Amino acid sequence: METLLENPLLQKLLAPLIITIVIIAVFPLMAGYIVLVERKVLADMQVRLGPMRVGPHGLLQPIADAVKLLLKEDIIPRDADKSIFWLAPVISTFTALSGFTVLPFSHYIFVTDVNVGLLVIAALSSVGIMGVVLGGWASNSHYSLMGSLRSGAQLVSYEVALALALVCGVMMAGTLSMVEIVRRQQDQGIWFAFENYGLMLIPFMIYLIAAVAETNRAPFDLPEAESELVAGFHTEYSGFRWSLYFLAEYANIFVVSAVAVTLFWGGWMRPFPNVGFLEVPLNVGFPVLLFAGSGLACFPLARKLKDPLQAKILALVAVGLIGVGLIFLVPFVNDKIIGVFWFLFKIGLIVYVMIWLRGTFPRFRYDQLMDIGWKWLIPLGLFAIFLNAIVGMLRAG
Amino acid sequence: MDPILFFIFAAVAVICAISLIVQKHPIKSALSLIGVMGSLAILYLLLGAEFIAAAQLIVYAGAIMVLFVFVIMLLNAGEEKSPARPSWFAKLLGIPLMIALLGILSYVIQRAAPEGSLAFGEYTGGAREVGRALFTTYLLPFEITSVLILIAILGAVVLAKKEL
Repeated sequence: METLLENPLLQKLLAPLIITIVIIAVFPLMAGYIVLVERKVLADMQVRLGPMRVGPHGLLQPIADAVKLLLKEDIIPRDADKSIFWLAPVISTFTALSGFTVLPFSHYIFVTDVNVGLLVIAALSSVGIMGVVLGGWASNSHYSLMGSLRSGAQLVSYEVALALALVCGVMMAGTLSMVEIVRRQQDQGIWFAFENYGLMLIPFMIYLIAAVAETNRAPFDLPEAESELVAGFHTEYSGFRWSLYFLAEYANIFVVSAVAVTLFWGGWMRPFPNVGFLEVPLNVGFPVLLFAGSGLACFPLARKLKDPLQAKILALVAVGLIGVGLIFLVPFVNDKIIGVFWFLFKIGLIVYVMIWLRGTFPRFRYDQLMDIGWKWLIPLGLFAIFLNAIVGMLRAG
Repeated sequence: MDPILFFIFAAVAVICAISLIVQKHPIKSALSLIGVMGSLAILYLLLGAEFIAAAQLIVYAGAIMVLFVFVIMLLNAGEEKSPARPSWFAKLLGIPLMIALLGILSYVIQRAAPEGSLAFGEYTGGAREVGRALFTTYLLPFEITSVLILIAILGAVVLAKKEL
């Protein structure tokens, strides 16, 4: 067994394959739960309860939704262009999920590390636009066409600002490889968001705004503005094809957050990676406290539930969370998974901020959207490159 | 492995290029063109030019093709009507002329190719080398191109906004 695992060829092929399969298997479930978190947070902001019926506090809602989507009748409009109608969601999902191949989940968990990892993600997202544009066109409906025209214009405009923000980060790192970018932050002992006396926070803010626009989320969700366009480019889609678009959207959110974490927030590293005495409190104490604490907090909630079955399910979830927390106490396992924990934790924070934005900002008008993109973000992005280049040169001496 | 991948994607590129011409609908032609661009990017990748492959995808398959599709959608270009009967001239000389053109092209390219061929994965130019070449050896053409693009943008603004 040991010799089999040592075989270099097998390692070279097997590890990426296993990680790919795990990602493809786990991500749809994760997307479902991101949606549940989103609905719960939005509900909380609007003083509602959110989904409560399926499972305790709506915990099984994503699974019910997934089953519903898979069992729905598959409708293709009579006047739609069938082949492109079929192809468009596939393009979207394929490009969105391919983005995962270059994400460094931790220093040994990644599918592959290429020299131009950041550009691969940019390339995939720029080809991914085609899925949205073609889907709207192939539906042969006014709402869909309007939605996809808007989305095409929006994505092309904000891609420029996004790239300018990325250039700042690449300038600090001096490499395009995702793993190397994190390693450089380790070597320099600082997350790039705080590099150059905090000036790198400007490109991070530009990146965040442009990323929200790139993923078509509120307040930049004009392509699917439900009050005017029904649902934009995916108006005519239903069932499984619709859920492919949906999966692609959440995969995109995950990927742009992961890029932000890798480039600006230290990737898989814990906070203060070079301060030795924080090793135990942050790498062991924090995850244990997070998981076991939230597990313990579930017990009083479970007691309040009236339905005994639901109370039992919630108690089971609580025990599971405490179990996950206790896993972090085993040093061998902790060493393997702590990188993934921090990576996903930081992504979670960024996704959480995106949910806040959705809950608190009204949708922009179309001319405001274009103004923000072309008249604010792009000049600001150029300025940020200029400023960071000069300050960086001066610091290097 | 490399030669097999080369032949697969070279074949895909040629098939997509033929489909680009044969397709009746402009959107489908545009999709075929994306196929051509994508397979070209993979051919670059096989040579080891990762940066150029990524740039090919971003610029051609991404940005430019989105604009193409965008314009096709805006103009609402429909399916091509069956073309008028080709003239006897085209029928007679079409295929011989095409073969002659291909022959001349391959001859010229063979002549222009530098001595000694490049093996798979041997090209080592990354982002750094391309950037350095652009800003030193090819600085003038690079700047002139950007001025050209600026003029195109100004022209578009003038055309779109009749009164400034």
